[in-house]
Amino acid sequence: MSVSPFGVLGSAPVLAGLDPPYWAATLIKVGVVAVLVPTTALILGIVFLFKVMSWMQSRLGPQEAGPKGLLQLLADGAKFIQKQDIIPDAADRFVFKVAPMVVLISTFLLYVIIPAGPSVVVESLDTGVFFALAMSSVSVIGILMAGWGSANKFALMSGIRAAGQLIAYELPMVLAVVGVVIQAGTMNLNGIIAAQADFKLFGVVPFPLFLLTQFPMFLVFLAAAQAELTQPPFDMPVAESELVGGYQVEYSGFRFLFFFMGEFATAFAFAALASVLFLGGWSLPFVASNSDLYTSTAFWLIGPAVLFTKIMLVSFLIFWFRFTYPRFREDQLQKVCWKYLIPTCLVWVSFTAIAKVVW
Amino acid sequence: MSSVDAPPDSPAEAAEPEAPRDAVREALLGRLTEELGSEIVGSHIRVGDDLWVRVTRDAWPSVADIVSRKMKFRFFDFLSGLDWLPSPFGRDMDSQEDITVHGTLPKELPPMASGYAGGDTRFQVFARVYSLTDHIGITFKADLPDDDLSVGTWSTVYAGANWHERECWEMYGFSFNGHPHLKHLYLPGGFEGNPLRKDFPLLARRVKPWPGIIDVEPMPGVADEEGGE
Amino acid sequence: MAAPVSERDQLAYISNQAADARVNLEFESEGMTLNMGPQHPATHGTLRILAKLDGERVISCEPMPGYMHRGYEKLCEVRTYPQVTTLVNRIDWLGSFANEVPWILAAEKLMGIEAPPRAQHIRTILFELSRIGNIALFLGDLGIQLGGITVGFYAFRDREHVLNQVEAVTGGRFHPNFDRIGGLKDDLPKGWIAETKAAMVKVQKFCDQVEDLLIGNEIFQARTRGIGIIPPHVAESYGLSGANARGSGIDWDLRRDNCPPGLVYDKCDWTVWTHPDGDSFSRSWIRLQETREAAKIVDQLLDTIPSGAIMAKVPRIIKVPEGEAYVATENPLGEMGYYLVSKGDLNPFRVKIRSASFNNISIVPWLCKGVYVPDVISILASLYFILGDIDR
Repeated sequence: MSVSPFGVLGSAPVLAGLDPPYWAATLIKVGVVAVLVPTTALILGIVFLFKVMSWMQSRLGPQEAGPKGLLQLLADGAKFIQKQDIIPDAADRFVFKVAPMVVLISTFLLYVIIPAGPSVVVESLDTGVFFALAMSSVSVIGILMAGWGSANKFALMSGIRAAGQLIAYELPMVLAVVGVVIQAGTMNLNGIIAAQADFKLFGVVPFPLFLLTQFPMFLVFLAAAQAELTQPPFDMPVAESELVGGYQVEYSGFRFLFFFMGEFATAFAFAALASVLFLGGWSLPFVASNSDLYTSTAFWLIGPAVLFTKIMLVSFLIFWFRFTYPRFREDQLQKVCWKYLIPTCLVWVSFTAIAKVVW
Repeated sequence: MSSVDAPPDSPAEAAEPEAPRDAVREALLGRLTEELGSEIVGSHIRVGDDLWVRVTRDAWPSVADIVSRKMKFRFFDFLSGLDWLPSPFGRDMDSQEDITVHGTLPKELPPMASGYAGGDTRFQVFARVYSLTDHIGITFKADLPDDDLSVGTWSTVYAGANWHERECWEMYGFSFNGHPHLKHLYLPGGFEGNPLRKDFPLLARRVKPWPGIIDVEPMPGVADEEGGE
Repeated sequence: MAAPVSERDQLAYISNQAADARVNLEFESEGMTLNMGPQHPATHGTLRILAKLDGERVISCEPMPGYMHRGYEKLCEVRTYPQVTTLVNRIDWLGSFANEVPWILAAEKLMGIEAPPRAQHIRTILFELSRIGNIALFLGDLGIQLGGITVGFYAFRDREHVLNQVEAVTGGRFHPNFDRIGGLKDDLPKGWIAETKAAMVKVQKFCDQVEDLLIGNEIFQARTRGIGIIPPHVAESYGLSGANARGSGIDWDLRRDNCPPGLVYDKCDWTVWTHPDGDSFSRSWIRLQETREAAKIVDQLLDTIPSGAIMAKVPRIIKVPEGEAYVATENPLGEMGYYLVSKGDLNPFRVKIRSASFNNISIVPWLCKGVYVPDVISILASLYFILGDIDR
């Protein structure tokens, strides 16, 4: 049996029957991700950064560009791209230029494993979750590079704070996921979704989400995601009122656009991960995983739509916290991580392991 | 140079015997005289309002000590300087409109005269302290001779005097002995001159003469009186 | 005058200043010098703070004001008394009517004029309105400094109600220029009292919102409790006034204790709030309570405005008789006072402006030794200063 050069994606109605060489298929898949990243950043930016934030802060927000100001981010993007590329005199040119790309690449890699349907995934890896978490930690290097390469003391302080914070908060994120992996028995994201669709609480009551059994882990994952995105209440590295933008302070034009886009696209990716791990991803509630609905052609549209809805819900939570809370001080931030989040995770993981064996 | 006020050691008293007296402030003045004796060279009391005391330059630091430790005036209001020279630039506002409205200035400048509690020199340093328990304040003044504009610092007693003395130094040229670091506060590093002295011109008026009053607003009460709500 | 500075010297000076912000190539053994320069979101206005850091701890911290020094005391010497009123609006530009009041009262004291009761009443109402306008912005700014930006927007939105009322009377939102020696410039417009009462209801609601969203927030409390503690004797020695002094437990309010004749605080029922802790939280909390009290005071005073003239009989050309006077009032930022020396002329001979923020900020070097950099922000935000007030 020949595997389509597109991998799992090859069973798409659009791509069925096509048989390009492997490199061409890979290029097409890369192109899909390359289009997806800015698009999702755009959607999140418009919906949450402009509309929801403005609504919460009792103001109108952008109204001019496009109908009701919906094309504002496109206008912003166009503006950023055509700006002069300014590099500070004392900056390390290579490091300065490459830093935003490192951050953006880690975001691209996150999108590779997110499944929007049983076969709607760019690459279905068996180490799905592990791959995602590993790739998200690459961005730390990019931030450190930006902090040092900017030749600016504010950026340097921010880079150091970011290094401490991001590395610290990877632990709760990983541990939060471990509980899910134990319950599902696999690290493959599609496998986790299937496990959720078939999940029965105590072996008896069908309940299609890991949200209930892993609720504390869901909260920990959201907090850790907030910290990984350096958003308030964990945005010490980018503290606007102290560090004036932190590691991004010397960046302007399209390099800043990379950071900006990377931030929102990563938020989308983390929300997608949270939806997949805890909310059931593309599966519909109470529909078993081997149902025909999932393999039907219509599901190529329904699946992504379901996932998108869940992502929007999770993103709303993430951004709601962002707009409401003041920021933690760096040492308080670390205290929250090491003294509260990690012990909670460890306790819950052991509980999950025991529960898995018993039930 | 004339002094506005009565000779030292006698609180302000009017000619009529039924003039109101300010017992609290007179008591304060009495207490200060006890502590400082002949260092007090002038004083003035405005009844129910305020007390001014002029001391010698050498007693200036000890005044701070006495008033904050022994008399509980621990709140530091401000410290600054006074330059009694009438400004050689006049009002710097002699456009035609001003002359029409306010009249011309006299040709000669009036003689230099000090204010309350007297004064013999052009420059005086003055400071005010306040008591948070009795809700009463005292204004202290000290003459500074023209050739030696230095005086002891208050910053060892009142920490807030630090910045006030720096400002006084740069604006008037007084130097405060014992101040930790007298360096520019408002003005940029290499600034020459002491702006608040009367003979330092107001540069804005040198550069561009005052254009005069453009709109003269009619005084309320002169126009028709309107009742309130 | 000195010879003009050569371009080479200018460039040398500029690069010296800029060098503070760059990473030094030589190893700085005692820590890093961080220049939170004149343009910075944390210092509301152009205040430069030179901090020497050891990692994230501040070794020494020196604020360098003067970027906004306009030379008010010299300017006042060449202006007539009504002209000085316009000038003086701009010292504390958020509570601008409050700046005029001690100045006018000092001039009235030397002239021996007392404003009619209606004018005194309305003067007090406008004074309290300016206090609300100023401190409402403080509460919003507190949120913005600490990262909870939403509160800032609510503050600006609700401050608009107060500014609209001020504009309705005086014609100016920010610089009313309304007080006159002997009274006020104009009387109240029709319907103003009812609208202001409605505005006060909105202000009270805003205060409740801020309490929910910010003051009661655990993260805010973690950021401000125990930070920047000022013992009361230190506060007195530095001359801290207003909420900064009351935050250290000093029970002192010039409205109650030394109210100058010309304001009618004794005619209404209000409390002075103090807090024993002396940290950033207590200062912020007190300001919140002060806003509520101010709204209460305005409410009470609006019910009891006497009728009558709005201006006493004052000569057309104002010449204040010879003398000296000092009047201080409880301004939104603290104690603001004017020491007026007059020689009987059209313009004052010397005006010493005692501004609250000048003393409030002089404590920063002492206070910020050994704190973390984020705490410096929290301390500055809670001490609350306006650049125009520091720099005059």
